Amino acid sequence: MEIPERHEHDVLVIGAGGAGLRAAIAAIEAGASVGLVGKSLLGKAHTVMAEGGMAAALGNNRPEDNWQVHFRDTMRGGKGLCDWRMARAHARESPDRVRELEAWGALFDRAEDGRMNQRPFGGHTYGRLAHVGDRTGLEMIRTLQDHAVHEGADVFMECTVFRLLVVDGRVAGALAYWRPTGEFVLFRARTVVLATGGLGKAWKVTSNSWECTGDGVALAYDAGAELMGMEFVQFHPTGMVWPPSVRGTLVTEGVRGEGGVLTNRDGERFMFRYVPEMFEGDYAESEEEADRWVEGDRVANRRPPELLTRDVVAKAIVAEVEAGRGSPHGGVFLNISEKRSPEYIKAKLPSMYHQFKELAGVDITTDAMEVGPTTHYAMGGVKVHPETAATRVPGLYAAGEVAAGLHGGNRLGGNSLSDLIVFGQRAGAAAAEEARDASLAEIPASELSEAVAGATAPFARGGGRNPFGLQEELQQIMQDKVGIARTEEALRDALEDVHRLRGALDSCSVDGGRAFNPGWHTWLDLRVMLTVAEAVVLSALERRESRGAHTRIDYPDSDASLGRVNLVIRSSEGRMVTDAEPVSEPPAELRQLIEEGV
Amino acid sequence: MAERTFQVYRGSDDEGRLESYTVETDQGMVVLDAIHRIQAEHAPDLAVRWNCKAGKCGSCSCEVNGHPRLTCMTRLSDYGENEPITVTPMKAFPVIKDLVADVSQAYRNNASIPRFRPRPRDADDGWRMQQFEIDRAQEMRKCIECFLCQDVCHVLRSHRKHEEFIGPTYLVRTAGYSLNPIDVEDRSEFLRDAGGIGYCNITKCCTEVCPEHITITDNAIIPLKERVVDRFYDPLKALVRLVRRR
Repeated sequence: MEIPERHEHDVLVIGAGGAGLRAAIAAIEAGASVGLVGKSLLGKAHTVMAEGGMAAALGNNRPEDNWQVHFRDTMRGGKGLCDWRMARAHARESPDRVRELEAWGALFDRAEDGRMNQRPFGGHTYGRLAHVGDRTGLEMIRTLQDHAVHEGADVFMECTVFRLLVVDGRVAGALAYWRPTGEFVLFRARTVVLATGGLGKAWKVTSNSWECTGDGVALAYDAGAELMGMEFVQFHPTGMVWPPSVRGTLVTEGVRGEGGVLTNRDGERFMFRYVPEMFEGDYAESEEEADRWVEGDRVANRRPPELLTRDVVAKAIVAEVEAGRGSPHGGVFLNISEKRSPEYIKAKLPSMYHQFKELAGVDITTDAMEVGPTTHYAMGGVKVHPETAATRVPGLYAAGEVAAGLHGGNRLGGNSLSDLIVFGQRAGAAAAEEARDASLAEIPASELSEAVAGATAPFARGGGRNPFGLQEELQQIMQDKVGIARTEEALRDALEDVHRLRGALDSCSVDGGRAFNPGWHTWLDLRVMLTVAEAVVLSALERRESRGAHTRIDYPDSDASLGRVNLVIRSSEGRMVTDAEPVSEPPAELRQLIEEGV
Repeated sequence: MAERTFQVYRGSDDEGRLESYTVETDQGMVVLDAIHRIQAEHAPDLAVRWNCKAGKCGSCSCEVNGHPRLTCMTRLSDYGENEPITVTPMKAFPVIKDLVADVSQAYRNNASIPRFRPRPRDADDGWRMQQFEIDRAQEMRKCIECFLCQDVCHVLRSHRKHEEFIGPTYLVRTAGYSLNPIDVEDRSEFLRDAGGIGYCNITKCCTEVCPEHITITDNAIIPLKERVVDRFYDPLKALVRLVRRR
């Protein structure tokens, strides 16, 4: 098969969100030529939706803050499963990565002394999130996008990679199609960085866009890489629940960071009842104490329990709704209007104000929002080397949400944006370094023909199933059976469903031509999503305990022995298999830091 | 639940037509939801661009009944029960397919803007700025690059001056750099020449359609025009420069 359009680069970066852009910049800084491929227009990747901020121990608001405190918060938030080397690198390097954005044109909200302001968020001991109102992701992606373009990244927009090419065991490039034309394009590269983001589109109620199909997870798996921690899917506690068409749309944790309170139908601030043993003593014990903290006295008072980690808050909301204490549309109430003035709310949470006003007809400066959990983030993903972000496949790297390790069993809010720039930078630099001594491989024509034939197969079939119907079915299955509360029985069912849907893929047909054809795109996405779904279900079955974001109704407690292992997935003779691998133990001084504090 | 009929543009730049589709509508639905339902039930190859579905990414821009709109933020309930709803691609750009416009020229325009260049750091850990100093620049940084202002700008929409004029979107971007208090780059020459700022005759149509409520004309374009005038057309300053050069 001859692919007429071919490009060659030292480093190919797949994904043009925060991690991909930062990786591209790092690789260019190291002297590499870089191709940057993204599924959407540049600047529209899911990073643009990030709201609350990025966590970095700058110590601007509280001089007591430093990387050790941030490290400890991350490790505790991850419920024992974070890779300590990644958590340490992240906590140490995020301040420099954030300041660097300012040098590239980002304008973060300021504190009184003229330095960056830092907002409190769940699970962080101190106010730690550099932010711009509630549109931090937009500021970040715009800054990185313009910087990458000016630095000379070769950008391929609206171009979807559907196959990684491996020659003699080493990654050699990728095969993609242009979304607007449907034409195929071959990228050859010395090294490849996956920065494809999340996988939340496999669920029905989700904050994720169409893009978040988990491409990198499936591409890496098919290329021979390992996956890790796939059972840990974060359900963000606060998504919109009403009206139906916006169910799942994110409501930033910044609302709670700025003082918003969660109440049930009876008007009770229920979070005071849900403080886990691990965090006892870290949070306010009365509404009065929480109020004093919100009003600014943060040394003598402890933070409100609304700022517990996301896994805890999401489960508390589900428990309240199940106990019959929910709001009219099956959520709970989130109210900031009683704690902050309308001017303050509009200044600090402008897009939340507009979102509710325009989509739900609710004025959040006077009324409560109705919120409930929404699929948000994958803690798991491609297993990488904690320092270089290299996968098991030579030449292949992964960074950002697609990679596993930093967040363990639960990610702290704000740690995602800083993850993108810390590990994007590391992956880009390491990929450029390796590219210096790597050569470009010839891709066997047979592999290209086989890949193209597979991708275009549904055009040859007529009258088959509509891919949109299949996608909806998968989303409903994942929502009902692999959601926030799981059981062996439902997971077994889901596994059968996923196998059945994989069979059904072959009976789908696509009408029309290859040019900008969403039906075809959806069919191609489904191939990927089914691999992701299978990995999540298998891991969820295997982890017979409840920990962090993974809750098993049939195993409601944490099991200390499972708290010391990660579940790793690999392909073995064409089948997906799971294995338990020990979590690497931090050295004594860091262990003491985690257990006893700074 | 009521049925509703939509007229949707199908086709390319050269030829196209309005197709009629009828779907069920639910409470709270927006135009983009209706397009997705049409896709799922009637026309799986109907092309539309979208991402966040929350007014934050600026991907789903189209014209609804001739008005430039983010389709994800346009509620069906804004239209009368029997009012027809027609969805067409942005008129200022070539059509790739159906509702998807070719906005690649806009990205080339953006790349031509002289990049952000900061003054030396005020301290080891960066710069010191007061919030009031950056409010105006932050207003510009709210831009989600939805291109609705480009779509409505008559210089681009009617006169097709995409090569000569970077348009309101990128005047906003330029202002975002230039109003940043630590930026030291002089972009006046760029604005006058390649940027084509003189084409704008401040009809304020861009400001009216901005979904982020950026006061594009007053807060971005006019201050930039003033900088260009100060730099090139102020006779007193020209004299001073001339004397200094000697």
